[in-house]
Amino acid sequence: MTNQAEITVDTPDDERSKEVRSGRLKRFLENGTPYWFLSPYIIIFGTFGIFPVFFMIFLSFHTWNPVAGLGSMRFVGLENYALSLTDPRLWKTMWNTIAIAVMSGLAQHLVALPMAYLLISLGARARHWLSTAYFLPYVTSTVAVSMIFYIMYSPQSGIINQGLNLLANGTLTSWAFGWIGQFQPIGWLQENSLIRYSISFVVFWKYVGFNIVIYAAGLSTINQELYEAAKIDGASHMQRFRYVALPLLKPFIFFAVTLTIIGNMQLFDEPYVLTRGLQQATSNGMTISNYLYRIGWEWLDMGSAAAVSWILFVVIALFTGLYFWLFGRQGLGGNE
Amino acid sequence: MKTTLRAGAALATLALAGGTLAADIRFDGFPDYDSQLNAILPDFEAQTGISVDMLMNEHGGHHERIATTLATGSGLGDVVLIDVGFVGSYVDGGGFMDLTDLFAPHADQFAEYAVTQGQGSDGRQYGIPVDLGPGVMYFRRDYMEDLGYDVDEVMADWDSYLEYGRDLRDNHDVLLIGHANDVAQAYYNFNVEPGNGLYFDADGEPLVTNERFQRAFELARTVRDENMDGRINAWSEDWYQGFQEGKFATQMSGAWLLGHLQNWMAPDTAGNWGVSHLPSGMYGTWGGSFLGIPVQSGNPDQAWELIEYMISEDIQLAGFDNIAAFPANVNTYDDSMFEESIDFLRGQQARQMWAEIAENVEPVAPHRGDQIANSLIDEALENVLDEGMDIEQALRNAENQIRRRVR
Repeated sequence: MTNQAEITVDTPDDERSKEVRSGRLKRFLENGTPYWFLSPYIIIFGTFGIFPVFFMIFLSFHTWNPVAGLGSMRFVGLENYALSLTDPRLWKTMWNTIAIAVMSGLAQHLVALPMAYLLISLGARARHWLSTAYFLPYVTSTVAVSMIFYIMYSPQSGIINQGLNLLANGTLTSWAFGWIGQFQPIGWLQENSLIRYSISFVVFWKYVGFNIVIYAAGLSTINQELYEAAKIDGASHMQRFRYVALPLLKPFIFFAVTLTIIGNMQLFDEPYVLTRGLQQATSNGMTISNYLYRIGWEWLDMGSAAAVSWILFVVIALFTGLYFWLFGRQGLGGNE
Repeated sequence: MKTTLRAGAALATLALAGGTLAADIRFDGFPDYDSQLNAILPDFEAQTGISVDMLMNEHGGHHERIATTLATGSGLGDVVLIDVGFVGSYVDGGGFMDLTDLFAPHADQFAEYAVTQGQGSDGRQYGIPVDLGPGVMYFRRDYMEDLGYDVDEVMADWDSYLEYGRDLRDNHDVLLIGHANDVAQAYYNFNVEPGNGLYFDADGEPLVTNERFQRAFELARTVRDENMDGRINAWSEDWYQGFQEGKFATQMSGAWLLGHLQNWMAPDTAGNWGVSHLPSGMYGTWGGSFLGIPVQSGNPDQAWELIEYMISEDIQLAGFDNIAAFPANVNTYDDSMFEESIDFLRGQQARQMWAEIAENVEPVAPHRGDQIANSLIDEALENVLDEGMDIEQALRNAENQIRRRVR
């Protein structure tokens, strides 16, 4: 009944406006289609990617004990930054992070480059198998890897010290390794002077394969004719690596080193697991990410933790910026 | 097609609804409490008609989860198990319900110090003690016999304890203890001055430079400098091996360590161990857990029924039997279980000693800064033991940091 009544009062004008409206809606829906399809990603990225960044800025100017709920947030201005920047522990952990980043990072690239060159010269079959083998640690869970290393590093029962003991006491090897005996049991993770090296080795072991794969990919883009031409000119293997391969690899080196800088400065998992969730962290074994985790989740001081993470962000940005400034033109420009 | 879709959707909704309806309340905790709940819940559900779900995470992950879920205001169970180390920082945050009135009729049945530990700085009861960790010294009987010592003689005071360690080192090639840290920790944990907290006094002033901490650090440094410890961290492979092979002669811990030792850590050493008071006859605790109801819980009444059930005498005894959780309810200490002799400890009636400790420990009020002070003191001790830093200097640094960090 009502429907009929409505129809009777419908005028051509209304009909037209309805058409226009539905046309507009249609166009809106059509134009918006890509965004509708994108929306799941945008919503998730906004919630977990963009929102936390701005919330962290906000948080770093407040004190907040998460256990007490959102209501306990209190504005403190720059206090968190002042507290963090004058905290000797922050600078200590910053220095640890840099030391571990440099030690493991340098070793990764110095080993990965020649290794990749070697792989390429071995031919396709061997290369595929070997690069898979080298890549394996990278795809293995960091926590699992670190837990195995934790057991291997055990002073009394670990396989590393057991192996060293065997060498030190063996009849054939004791002349060369006998001196190790007096240092046993070596506390690879307990000794403050050793823990940085022990962590660096795990990081090196885990990521060297990733860099080998990047460099191997880079090397395979280099035209074989260039090597041949150099060979004809009388260049040795070494010289071909130094004067042909290395310059052409610059963009790849630049890319890989940038990833290493950013990744190593954020190092968290390996030291966290190797020190049993920081319970056994000696002062040299804690990275800045570990420290901010402790401030946030053990000390329940989210404001300070947010401030520390912004300080870390600035430091990483500075290092990366410096690196771009020094090598960026060569790295990105390719053959310049 | 459409009908199948609709039927599917309906089924999914039902399943979801069923999932939430499956249980009335949820218990969030860490192992071995799953074994205890599995044993007691059928009876509880039959008695009360309340069905209980469980969410178990390992110890560290569980406590992180409490912090996250309190921060977001949802996702925490109705009854939550909290380790004593976290009680101080969680109960004062306002995330847990005030259970003072509900607990009042039971309070005098519980170890006094544990009741205090569950209170906030306002004196209200937020955590209900469910198990205790009477602190004791585990010692190798055979080593003492070999060297002709009597346990009372060794544990007379800290000097006699150290003297025993020197003898072990020189004449038996055995360490006194796995890690010197434990000596310091036991000393400052067990010697709290009346009226003070562990790290803070009643006014919230840090105490870490006082004589208690100085002496604790000195003891640990003596143990380290005189090579009486092996720098063997607790819960490491070397620690387990140390127990199995008898590398160290003593270890201070909670009563609960016995369960670990005889079940998996070093079952073959049965009969070689004994337990005693700590040197100077100190009473203290090493561990313990609490139950709380988060403010966000939708079913506080049913949650309280479960707590009340779990702290009743029978269930407390069942917990002691099932998972070696030492009862917080002191009325249980008359049970015949406490007179049983323990084969692993060469027939010692150790449970009576634990009960005596539990009833005599002096209450120490928790402080919201305990976690912070705890890690800064650990750091200071490491600086003293490993880096040779002056004790007074290390403690002063720690005090400064505590003052800055506890806001």
